[in-house]
Amino acid sequence: MINRLVSLIRKEFIQIIRDPRTLGITFIMPVAMLFLLGYAATNDVRNISMAVFDQDQTQASRALITAYKVADYFRLTYWVSSEEEIQTLMDNNSVRAGLIIPPGYGKTLHSGRSAQVAFVLDGSDPTVASTALAAAVLIGQAQSTHIIAERLDRLGMSNAVQPPIDVRTQVWYNPGLVTAYYMIPALIGQILQFLATLLTATSIVRERERGTIEQLIVTPLRPWELIVGKLTPYVLVSFLDMIEVLAAGVIFFKVPINGSLLLLLLMAALFLVTTLGIGLLISTVANTQQEAMLTTMFLLLPSIFLSGFFFPLAAMPAWLQALSYAIPLRYFLIISRGIILKGVGISALWGEIAALSIFALVVMTAATTRFRKSLD
Amino acid sequence: MITAIRAHNLTRYFANFLAVDHLTFEVAAGQVLGYLGPNGSGKTTTIRMLLGLLHPSEGEAQVLGYDVVSQSELVRSQTGYMSQKFALYNELTIWENLAFYAGMYGVRDTRQISAILESLGLGAIKMQKAQNLSAGWRQRLALATAIVHRPRLLFLDEPTSGVDPTARRSFWDLIYELSTQGITIMVTTHYMDEAEYCSVIGIMRAGKLQALDEPGHLKASIPGQVWEIYVEPLLPALEAVEGLPGIVHATLASDHLRVITRLKSVPERLSSELSSKKMQVQKILPGEATIEDVFIAMQ
Amino acid sequence: MFASSSEPPTCAPTGQAIHLTGLSKKFGSVQALEGVSLEVADGEIYGLVGPDGAGKTTLIRLACGVLKPDAGSVSLCGFLMAQDTEQARAQVGYLAQRFAIYEDMTVMENLRFFAEVRGLKADYWKARARQLLDFVGLAEFTSRRAGQLSGGMKQKLGLALALISQPRVLLLDEPTTGVDPATRLDFWRVIIHLVNQENLAVLVSTPYMDEAARCTRIGFLRNGRLIREGKPRELRNLLSGKILELAGEPLPLLIQLSKANQAVENAQRFGNSVHLRVREGKTEETAQQLQEAIHHAGGTVTRLQTIEAQLEDVFIALAEEMG
Repeated sequence: MINRLVSLIRKEFIQIIRDPRTLGITFIMPVAMLFLLGYAATNDVRNISMAVFDQDQTQASRALITAYKVADYFRLTYWVSSEEEIQTLMDNNSVRAGLIIPPGYGKTLHSGRSAQVAFVLDGSDPTVASTALAAAVLIGQAQSTHIIAERLDRLGMSNAVQPPIDVRTQVWYNPGLVTAYYMIPALIGQILQFLATLLTATSIVRERERGTIEQLIVTPLRPWELIVGKLTPYVLVSFLDMIEVLAAGVIFFKVPINGSLLLLLLMAALFLVTTLGIGLLISTVANTQQEAMLTTMFLLLPSIFLSGFFFPLAAMPAWLQALSYAIPLRYFLIISRGIILKGVGISALWGEIAALSIFALVVMTAATTRFRKSLD
Repeated sequence: MITAIRAHNLTRYFANFLAVDHLTFEVAAGQVLGYLGPNGSGKTTTIRMLLGLLHPSEGEAQVLGYDVVSQSELVRSQTGYMSQKFALYNELTIWENLAFYAGMYGVRDTRQISAILESLGLGAIKMQKAQNLSAGWRQRLALATAIVHRPRLLFLDEPTSGVDPTARRSFWDLIYELSTQGITIMVTTHYMDEAEYCSVIGIMRAGKLQALDEPGHLKASIPGQVWEIYVEPLLPALEAVEGLPGIVHATLASDHLRVITRLKSVPERLSSELSSKKMQVQKILPGEATIEDVFIAMQ
Repeated sequence: MFASSSEPPTCAPTGQAIHLTGLSKKFGSVQALEGVSLEVADGEIYGLVGPDGAGKTTLIRLACGVLKPDAGSVSLCGFLMAQDTEQARAQVGYLAQRFAIYEDMTVMENLRFFAEVRGLKADYWKARARQLLDFVGLAEFTSRRAGQLSGGMKQKLGLALALISQPRVLLLDEPTTGVDPATRLDFWRVIIHLVNQENLAVLVSTPYMDEAARCTRIGFLRNGRLIREGKPRELRNLLSGKILELAGEPLPLLIQLSKANQAVENAQRFGNSVHLRVREGKTEETAQQLQEAIHHAGGTVTRLQTIEAQLEDVFIALAEEMG
């Protein structure tokens, strides 16, 4: 019995190793995704190109421009001499923002009245625009405060400059607000889910396509042996992949692992039971490898959007949030982010762990029941 | 006489389609049973039911004395099965393929595996990957995987389709060799000449077993007589003959026509018919019935 | 039936329907074909047989212009494939091993597509399609998806597609492999009638010897060379008087003793008898020796006689004969 299992697992490994193309993709794809997400898909907005139309040309207007320049949100790329020029530059994507200082800006300020400046913004990318808007307002306010302080100072009321409330912000867990820190623990979940499901489903369907499953069924091999024998190699491959991504994250993106690595691996194993079960279920439905692949895509793609992988769940409408409870990846993402970023342990995660366990039990039971050892 | 296979009213539906229609038959141990029939006539479905791969909708069957539904594990452990698609792992070598299937049957003795490879002439190329093998070698390897656990009964489902005549002949030598060792063999085929090699022939059509008998008896029982007609020009003559009443079947056999007919006094009548159409009849000889004639006559 | 005039159409004024001269083709280091020449006349069915990998498929692919030969020439109805490619191809109907039909299109949509690809006018191909569908027995199924047809019907649709442009030459590459005997017979009936009606020249490769026996002439390929060609009877005569049928008890003993005899080249079991191929001129002598040896060993002989060789015997003899 154990011998049969060993034979089956060994055969599966030989097949994996003799198919270097698939093997290569299995190990290269996750790291490629990691680098793409880590570098390209960053939400950190910096260096927004900006055009300035300074109609005032006074010391006061230059001071305002400098205030924008020193905050590294904006990069001053063009000095222009009409509003139309800003329009043109924005149309051809040369700048994303424009600062228009009206004539008499300095004079107005000197007279102690409130001066107006215009800040125009390209709103086509909402993420960039909202960050730029907030930054522009903040910089303007800071400059105002500075000017008021100077005025009061001149009036000899320097002790009145202290603002009444001083909010000291401090960001925990991911102080630099680095996107990679947030993405890598999620990517681990995504890889475990995607690879394990796809590899399991296609490897079983391939046996059906080639007719070898029929030959296996006529041997004394038991259904559970077939299931365990087919799944074990892909459990190992998935684990290796996960460790690979984790290591790459630590080495290249300096992701700190604050919690217990052992707990993380245990939770990954728990999550794998569910994803392998999904793969097994797909294999009972699909007749060709292509069908298996498409079914996997169909089932797993929504989880990217509904698990909190890219978009925060808290910002979604209530009905979508409700739907996300049916996505196993949701729970694993909370667990992996919790362990890696927050360093929390079981006590903080027991709800998610319980949910994952229920998923594992239900999916695996359904899969093994459907996966009977006959052709009916 | 020991019975290797016994089926009683064995029936299988796929949704509303009746694939196998109340088969009742017995096969004695040690026979080579040839199973003939068009595609979709229920041959493969019958074998799959006998192996317990599919459950019968009605009826029952015993293989080697075991019930195919309740004791399918016992049936499988003592039977070998070679399916239409040779069930091989392309990435694995010949040796690895065989060792793998041996492992599934709990056979760990490498000498036994070697012995089977040698007996099938695969010993010298055992390190080649299955994907590089020609159809003939793949067929042998598939047979090896089906007999690695030394079964008492062997099911072969179209084992010779797609291999050339030389490979087919030597494959039949192997079948006879296994038969001599006392193994009962049930083989489906599309080749009528192979049917002649079997000790018993079953003919399936539309899910029904139309006949089950020795080749000689079947040939003796065809309704009508076979005639060989040598005539010029050949092709127009074939069309003319096909149009005549009482002709069961007419076909072209290289330089002559082969006709099965229920008519009496055939030579005279055919001669005059053809001559009246300005065709030159050289000779008309009585022919020997073949299994193909049996098969055609039963349509 | 299809021709407009009462005379059957022919290639004769422009030359032999299929004329292959000295064809050679190499794939990497494998010499797939070497100096193969053959001719097929109007109204002839030429069967190509030979072991797997002998070059049958390569030869047919060269003949229809799918592959280019390294040496030699292909001429169809007098048009050279290398020079008058367009005209030469226009003569060909080709049915490959895995025939190209679109399973998600209906029978008529398939016919329409292949007709339009060949640049046929609607009034021409519609009439032709109706004739062909009647002929192959698919007339009732014009609006059925090709994927819903049975294997035999798909094959006939493939044939109709190959014939839509009324070619003079029909090339068939193992058209019946894996098809059941009843369907194969039916397919051959259609081919034979087509040849009769349209005076086609047919080149067909087949692994079935009973099909080869239906051909006008047979060519035997081995290792890329055409080593023997002739009418089926001529080929069978190669072994005339060399085949002995032996029946008796016990069969294993009979086989063992036959194989032990020096003059026996090949002993093959056929059901309850054994067919022996005996060396030239040794038949009588060998029969005598075997009779004695079997009696001596305690066996019985119920039948021992020379029989007519089958094409399959010839195939095996030619495949074994080395050099």
